[in-house]
Amino acid sequence: MSRQMTGAKMIVECLKDQGVEVIFGYPGGAVLPIYDEVFQQNGIRHVLVRHEQGAVHAAEGYARSTGKPGVVLVTSGPGATNAVTGLTDALLDSIPIVVLTGQVPTFMIGTDAFQEADTVGITRPCTKHNWLVQDTASLASTLHEAFHVATTGRPGPVLVDIPKDVQFATGDYTPKQKVKVSRYQPPVKGDMDSIEELVEAMERAERPIFYTGGGVINSGPAASQLLQELVNATGFPITSTLMGLGAYPASGKNWLGMLGMHGLYEANMAMHGCDLMINIGARFDDRITGRIDAFSPHSKKAHIDIDPSSINKVIRVDIPIVGDVGHVLEDVLKVWKARGRKTNSQALEKWWTTLADWRGVDCLKFEQTGSIIRPQHALARLEALTKEHDRYICTEVGQHQMWAAQYLGFEAPNRWMTSGGLGTMGYGFPASIGVQMAHPDSLVINVAGEASWLMNMQEMGTAIQYRLPVKQFILNNERLGMVRQWQELLHGERYSHSWSEALPDFVKLAEAFGAKGIRVDQAEDLDEAIKEMIAYDGPVILDCLVEKHENCFPMIPSGEPHNKMLLGDASTKDAIGNSGAVLV
Amino acid sequence: MSALKIKKGSNKHSAYNLRPTFSDHVESHTLAVVVDNEAGVLARVIGLFSGRGYNIESLTVAEIDHAGHRSRITIVTTGTPQVIEQIKAQLGRIVPVHEVHDLTVEGAAVERELALLKVEGSGEKRVEAMRLADIFRANVVDSTLESFVFEITGTPEKIDAFSELMRPLGLSEIARTGVAALARGQVAL
Repeated sequence: MSRQMTGAKMIVECLKDQGVEVIFGYPGGAVLPIYDEVFQQNGIRHVLVRHEQGAVHAAEGYARSTGKPGVVLVTSGPGATNAVTGLTDALLDSIPIVVLTGQVPTFMIGTDAFQEADTVGITRPCTKHNWLVQDTASLASTLHEAFHVATTGRPGPVLVDIPKDVQFATGDYTPKQKVKVSRYQPPVKGDMDSIEELVEAMERAERPIFYTGGGVINSGPAASQLLQELVNATGFPITSTLMGLGAYPASGKNWLGMLGMHGLYEANMAMHGCDLMINIGARFDDRITGRIDAFSPHSKKAHIDIDPSSINKVIRVDIPIVGDVGHVLEDVLKVWKARGRKTNSQALEKWWTTLADWRGVDCLKFEQTGSIIRPQHALARLEALTKEHDRYICTEVGQHQMWAAQYLGFEAPNRWMTSGGLGTMGYGFPASIGVQMAHPDSLVINVAGEASWLMNMQEMGTAIQYRLPVKQFILNNERLGMVRQWQELLHGERYSHSWSEALPDFVKLAEAFGAKGIRVDQAEDLDEAIKEMIAYDGPVILDCLVEKHENCFPMIPSGEPHNKMLLGDASTKDAIGNSGAVLV
Repeated sequence: MSALKIKKGSNKHSAYNLRPTFSDHVESHTLAVVVDNEAGVLARVIGLFSGRGYNIESLTVAEIDHAGHRSRITIVTTGTPQVIEQIKAQLGRIVPVHEVHDLTVEGAAVERELALLKVEGSGEKRVEAMRLADIFRANVVDSTLESFVFEITGTPEKIDAFSELMRPLGLSEIARTGVAALARGQVAL
């Protein structure tokens, strides 16, 4: 039974077929037929953003917090180019996103028509895959394939460019079940010999560590469960990248905290000193490794990743296992149990003593003295006052992001939305909108810096229009804090353009949009302000004025290995050599 | 060396485990990449090389299976063993890429290139050009009283040698196809 319909209707049918409930978009000339179909149905909610970049970040927030693909609908030309930053962000963080763009009619492609851009050309390097649909007959199968590619293997953003005449023309609709099986089927099972080799290494290891990343979260909640089971059963310590926070609960006894450039002392020291590193769904990013040639010099390294190109890309590993984290962990557990649940418990005990010493350094300690709020204190209080809530946290990019990762605890996956790989300022606010759309009754907080937040502040309109009670927790230091920190450490304290002399009054700004604004600048008022923010039923901007010159520590200076961490201001002088200065 | 069958997606007989991939030695490898013949697929491959800073020494592409919409891209690239492994893994990630074969490590392979050379001259030089063409088994595909167009096939090195010899004899233009390559023996990709 085939059903005839227009391309535009087909698109809506496809989305319903794929179980899409929400799309984020912005109309324009080349997508008007699709918007006409969106208007005439009730199954899919459309969220009108205020800028296409916001649409993609909102879809990322939606995807990251639900595990389902986020969907975006934007017009041709500027609509598509505005989506590029979000696509690149989703590519680097492996977030499944399906972006539909309008295009000028096929017969006008190549004529420099109004709002024409070579969208598939522009987005080819920033998508996992993209398609230009040439005729209505292939539209439905292309869309179904797009969802398949976005969510299969290593997830990522895809884009389907749909010319306007393809939207108007009629054709047969191909339902999801009728689409021929895609050739794109990355293997999910790991090689059993390699898994056996890993288990053997685990049995012997004296100083093992699990180093986990976003791949655990992408693999689904079952992978996080298996990870917890494996960590607790073996008693090995675990650290995670920024992207992997929440896969193992922060309250778990084996949790060392985040590792990397602004990671915890104990986590980085453990990475440096371990004799078996088990990388699960992380990619040896430069924020993690520090200096490559001095990275964890005495360890055997295993790497579980679904993407073969991640293996041996920057760090040579001894036991590569290509496969889905969930599937591989299941097999690892099975083999380890079958072989008698062995670990080198004597050595492990010693290892934990060493780890306890490193923990004893208490690298995150700070003192809140006086009335000026220290940003660490602000986050510690936010944690204390919200951790019992059904809570989702987004962040922008910069110092506040690192402090949030350090001082907030994540007990479950999909609760932490942040721009890791691309480091996109302006990510957090629209992402929080996407999260709140998916979880209308949860507490959604965007921990922001004032500079990042201003980059997509137009989305206040979206938050108000859809009554999304997103809480914007702005740590306002009137600086580009991370830039300022680097200028202090690397560029002779010449603070070139790293502050704003014309910040808005955030309380009035909130009120101008119809939201609630709160300002707090005294430490003693902080708790009240946070409580007021949580209690208010609607979007809130909490403008939290913090110490302006606070630096984010611990820090591995660029060009240095894990065991050369800076713990505080006293140790920073001349910490970064010339070779480190060229690194970002 | 026995032929290693490294199928796309396989991780068992992966070359990761076989060779010291982190050496500084720069090698030349010939890769055969079977792709869906669809719009933009060549741009994806080339964009990968330019975007990630890999070298392309030679690249040829043509449809090899009209009914199946398959094309074969033959790429000659250089890099350290680690970079070569990365190139192959990155190529394998491209959605319309079916198979990536490293003909340099998977066993013996034959490589051929075709070139057309225009040589202008008269008298003794013209005779000498003709004589050398004979030695290299180059064919004359066009002739005027003052010029020849030679067609020559062979390894890139043979074509290099022939064109060097033609240079003093009046070589004025050259067009080369780039390398096409197949593994030796009975087994097909």
